[in-house]
Amino acid sequence: MNLAQSLTVAGLGIFHGLNPAMGWLFAVALGLQASADPRPRRAAALRALPPIAAGHLVSVGAVAAVFAVTASAFTSRAVTIAAGAVLVGVGLWRLLSRRHFKWVGMRLTPWELGTWSFLMSSVHGAGLMLVPVLASHHASAVPQSLGWAAVATLLHTATMVLTAAIVAVVVLQVLGLGVLRKAWLNVDRIWAVALIGAGAATALTR
Amino acid sequence: MTLWTPDPTFYPSPRDAAAGPAETLAYVVAFDRAAEKPDALAVLDVDPESSSYGQVIGWTDMPYTGDELHHFGWNMCSSALCPYAPHPHTERRYLVVPGLRSSRLMILDTKENPKQPPVVKVLEAEELAKRAGYSRPHTLHCGPEGIYLTCLGGANGAEGPGGVALIDHQSFEVLGRWEVDRGPQYLAYDLWWHIAQDVAVTSEWGTPSMIEDGVVGELLLGRKYGHKLHFWDLRRRKHVQEVDLGDQHQMALELRPAHDPTKSYGFVGVVVSVEDLSASVWLWHRSDSGDSWEATKVITIPAEPADASQLPPVIAPFGAVPPLVTDIDLSVDDQWLYVSCWGTGELKRYDVSDPFHPREAGSVRLGGIVGNVAHPAAPDQPLRGGPQMVEVSRDGSRVYVTNSLYGSWDDQFYPDGVGSWMAKLDSTADGFTLDSRFFPHGSETWRGLRPHQVRLQGGDASSDSYCYP
Repeated sequence: MNLAQSLTVAGLGIFHGLNPAMGWLFAVALGLQASADPRPRRAAALRALPPIAAGHLVSVGAVAAVFAVTASAFTSRAVTIAAGAVLVGVGLWRLLSRRHFKWVGMRLTPWELGTWSFLMSSVHGAGLMLVPVLASHHASAVPQSLGWAAVATLLHTATMVLTAAIVAVVVLQVLGLGVLRKAWLNVDRIWAVALIGAGAATALTR
Repeated sequence: MTLWTPDPTFYPSPRDAAAGPAETLAYVVAFDRAAEKPDALAVLDVDPESSSYGQVIGWTDMPYTGDELHHFGWNMCSSALCPYAPHPHTERRYLVVPGLRSSRLMILDTKENPKQPPVVKVLEAEELAKRAGYSRPHTLHCGPEGIYLTCLGGANGAEGPGGVALIDHQSFEVLGRWEVDRGPQYLAYDLWWHIAQDVAVTSEWGTPSMIEDGVVGELLLGRKYGHKLHFWDLRRRKHVQEVDLGDQHQMALELRPAHDPTKSYGFVGVVVSVEDLSASVWLWHRSDSGDSWEATKVITIPAEPADASQLPPVIAPFGAVPPLVTDIDLSVDDQWLYVSCWGTGELKRYDVSDPFHPREAGSVRLGGIVGNVAHPAAPDQPLRGGPQMVEVSRDGSRVYVTNSLYGSWDDQFYPDGVGSWMAKLDSTADGFTLDSRFFPHGSETWRGLRPHQVRLQGGDASSDSYCYP
């Protein structure tokens, strides 16, 4: 993985980590629900992050693996165009759909929290956003290609969960939840645009 | 419509909500008892600085007659900020207005013209029956899966079971019946929840035939009206536990859970005890072990002796006026509980900082079956009806009441006419008094309609739930 690719993969992790809907907000809520004291609050919030990271990892990893295998099996031109079309399609769907992701509970086991994170990441097309980077890499065979995808997924998830942890602690201890009312931009829309952009970029690679 | 930043009327916590700006408009549904004119939504100016303060400044007529508008609510509220199903960029802009008698649902859009919000959609009774199996929509709350609408009756003429229908909060399609496993629950009335604990609570009134022509004496004395609370797994939509208050405690109605999502208690008002005509307020709470729910009576309001000649036939044989607690409301900071006694014409205020030991901290008399107490703004005018629906502003300092209960019941308890009025009280730590500048009353003001529930612009104490403490 070259520097540009690494930075892109890590940067997308930060972008995903910042999104309240990807997990830090859930962690903060669980922290606040757990206790009135700052220390156990922070501990409870941070305890929620490993399952959230695991769900994100599986979601992103699945997309990366599928792409890696497909890219090795077909000519890269066909794959990039098809992948680009899928991304643009998902982006448009995200932009136009009025359906919301609904999960109705807050008292979750770690497994359920991981599942929630997996579904949340998948519905939002988190893994798809990595496709342009994956498409920019050329591997000779499936194992190498898969290995490369795994490295990218791990790096991405690591920066995602680190960002989420920092945001959760800062919101809990410094900013307070009032920040939600002003700073919670409609990330869904930004994501949709990002996906469409990623699709175009992928289709146009080489 | 989708926004770039969260709807400014969504608040993460009760504390943030209480610190928000004061409401300038109040929405009140009003109905025509004769079902000859359309029911309507009245819009009131509640900005004390305004020249039309305390006046009805807009009306929206419903498209049909005979709906009997009763309770209503917002399509979205602060629960949209909940972390597990966040959609904070959807707007709180539509009022969902059920017709309790017609089973129709009217959707009004308050965005472009908040003083005269047009009806933008009507859901017919058939839709609710076909998709959810219910009729007589009563109370609604905006929640994680959409709008939760409690209904008193079953579909196609069936008396029950009553239950909860889910409505999409943007398309307003009926999504279906909410309950997966309703256990022994049959009667319905209110639903609310401990939203951060995955717990829902429902209460009981009666089936359509038990209420639509007035209270039925034999059923009441036979202890057939509802007297139970039901606890549910909000997430799995399953009945978990039933708590019986005792069958002498007839009609367990309004549910007011603590707004603080980390607290596991709430209040429910009971209209009347058939043993002594008293009314009561109960506290539900977790058991000491934490694995089940219990209810404890924390307030008892006795009946007031009266000469039979002063009483309507329905209660004349008893020689006393029952307080008839028909609505209660809890301030957003969970400190004050307001209890309306529609029979005796009194609004009581309790300090419930210690929920197990409420302390009475103010009382205002207005109307009443015997008292007919006048409002200070019109001291020569005896009032009928009593404080009934109560709504508390987000900051807790303003309390609004209207005087009608339910058409056929109004006629039984106030046979000379219940009248039409609304009042406002100022509530501070030291005082609880009527605002003499705020008293929209009389047939002309209300177009001959009877006002029922009040909703405040941007949310109020009984509309929003919060996922963060």
